[in-house]
Amino acid sequence: MNNILKTTFGLIFIVIVLLAGGAFFIVNESEQVVITKFGQPIGDPITTPGLKVKLPFIHTANYFDKRFLAWDGEPKQVSTRDKRFININTYARWRISDPLKYAQRLFEESKAQTRLGSILEGATQNAIANQDIIELVRSSNRDYVSQNEADKDQTEKAIIESGRDALTKEILELAKERTSDLGIEVLDFQFKRINYVSEVRKEVYERMISERKRIAEEFRSQGAGESARINGQKDRDLKVITSDAYRRSQEIKGKADAEAADIYAAAYNKGPEFYRFMRTMEIFKKTLDKETIMVLTTDGDFLRYLGSMK
Amino acid sequence: MGKRIIVGDQEFVIPDRFPKSGLAIFLLLIAMFMIWSSIYRVELEEVGVLMTLGKFDKEVKSGLHIKWPAPFQKVIKVPVKRELEMEFGQRGTKKQSGRRVNRSEIEEESLMLTGDLNVAMVPWKTQYRIGDAFKFLFKIRDPIGTFRDMNEAVMREVIGDRSVNEVLTTGRQEIATDMEQKLQKMCDQYDNGIIINRILLQKVLPPKQVQDAFNEVNTAEQEKEKMINEALGNYNKIIPRAKGEGEQTVQQAEGYATDRVNRAKGDVSLFNDLLAAYKRAPEVTRRRMYLETMADVYPNVKQKIILDKDLEGILPLLPLGKDGK
Repeated sequence: MNNILKTTFGLIFIVIVLLAGGAFFIVNESEQVVITKFGQPIGDPITTPGLKVKLPFIHTANYFDKRFLAWDGEPKQVSTRDKRFININTYARWRISDPLKYAQRLFEESKAQTRLGSILEGATQNAIANQDIIELVRSSNRDYVSQNEADKDQTEKAIIESGRDALTKEILELAKERTSDLGIEVLDFQFKRINYVSEVRKEVYERMISERKRIAEEFRSQGAGESARINGQKDRDLKVITSDAYRRSQEIKGKADAEAADIYAAAYNKGPEFYRFMRTMEIFKKTLDKETIMVLTTDGDFLRYLGSMK
Repeated sequence: MGKRIIVGDQEFVIPDRFPKSGLAIFLLLIAMFMIWSSIYRVELEEVGVLMTLGKFDKEVKSGLHIKWPAPFQKVIKVPVKRELEMEFGQRGTKKQSGRRVNRSEIEEESLMLTGDLNVAMVPWKTQYRIGDAFKFLFKIRDPIGTFRDMNEAVMREVIGDRSVNEVLTTGRQEIATDMEQKLQKMCDQYDNGIIINRILLQKVLPPKQVQDAFNEVNTAEQEKEKMINEALGNYNKIIPRAKGEGEQTVQQAEGYATDRVNRAKGDVSLFNDLLAAYKRAPEVTRRRMYLETMADVYPNVKQKIILDKDLEGILPLLPLGKDGK
């Protein structure tokens, strides 16, 4: 009876000791572990999650993150090849790809961050110093869609050689190469923000303003030009219309007059003498009115019988 | 009478007369803790990620569930069905997770360079949801912060390939679509389990300092339209009328022509008839016509002076021009 109790307590005691000594430990999904014995790595790193066993007291479990980790660059003022001063803010994602190497070389994350920082910042600075600003901004030679003529020459694009995408990839490759023996892998590198430094901004804004003013002027002048063109067209059309109408009417009248003249001539040629007589009579009727004073002699045909009956 | 203790969803009654053994109390507390930590609830919009000894076990749907107590099994709840939103360059009413940010910092989020090296302020909202809870939790440390960084980088890439005019006016929809695709691609590359629902581009503006100049362009464009419209209006006022008037002139000429020809024909017809009669008896007709004319004319004449054919030299003495009185 006493023996059973003793062994029970003994077993419980052993379990407690093992637990206290850290014989069992849990590795989470997000972790990986390197076992060390007095600072010396033992065996392969543990990269799978679950309950794990090690020697208590002697072995230490060193936990490292297995996930993508952040490296967030400080905003840096740099100058591009075409002497533009910009603030550039970058970020990278990396992970501990070889925990054993990592444990030997860096061990602490802050150290890793510092190393990454100097590598990435150096690479960035070198890359930017050799590029025009447009290469950092654009990633393709895509054509701008412009709404109207006035915008067109303004959006005349600079042709890029490599561009943003290619540049970040280049930096990423360089960083990958340089971090390969640190047990870390850089997975992605991006320019988060690129902006003109505040001293330059004013200048840029002024340029933008003058550019806008130029476009505005162009619009106004286009308006005035177009309006003048329409007015000119109006004047021209007006002249065309009125002169055409005049010409046509004169032609019609002329033809009619000629036709009438022909008709008259044809008829009157048949009896010219009679025509003359008849017309004269008609003219008498029309012209001799009540204002007329008529002096006649009895010699004439009309009054011949007034003087004598013969 | 008993003491009531509420732990989580459970309620316990502790009797007044309690065994004074310390071990018993200790065991009881452990038992209570174990019961408490083995019951959990997953809300309707959530999914529970069940971890057994640190290892991913399975995803648990909404409802009340039982698991092993704390050190053995853990549950992380992720709101997979909820639409989440992230704002850039502005802060709306919805609380953003994380630290407080000041205004200039918010502005910095939206300030970016366009392809023609102009500056534009592009605020936007990203609506997304967590499509894969496991990936979201275990692929990336600080997935939300990372997602913010990705958003900023991708938006700048998209804006960087467009002119300031496109950004401000025509290209909005295209930018949102392009952004959505690129961001989703990046999420897939990061394998962070996030699904982009949509990108909502807010009011895109040029920086404050240049807004007036941009407005001036708009005004000038409208002025241009106005001038053209006015000129067209003037044209339309004058030309159709002139066309009508021209037509009128032509019609009048046609009328004149018809009139002229008809009259000529009439006159000639009359003349021909008279001529025929005349030819039949020239002398008589001639005299008749003469006398008829005289008969017509003579009564209407104001003053008639009749001189004998033998009288001579009287003409200068006549009172011509003095009304004949």
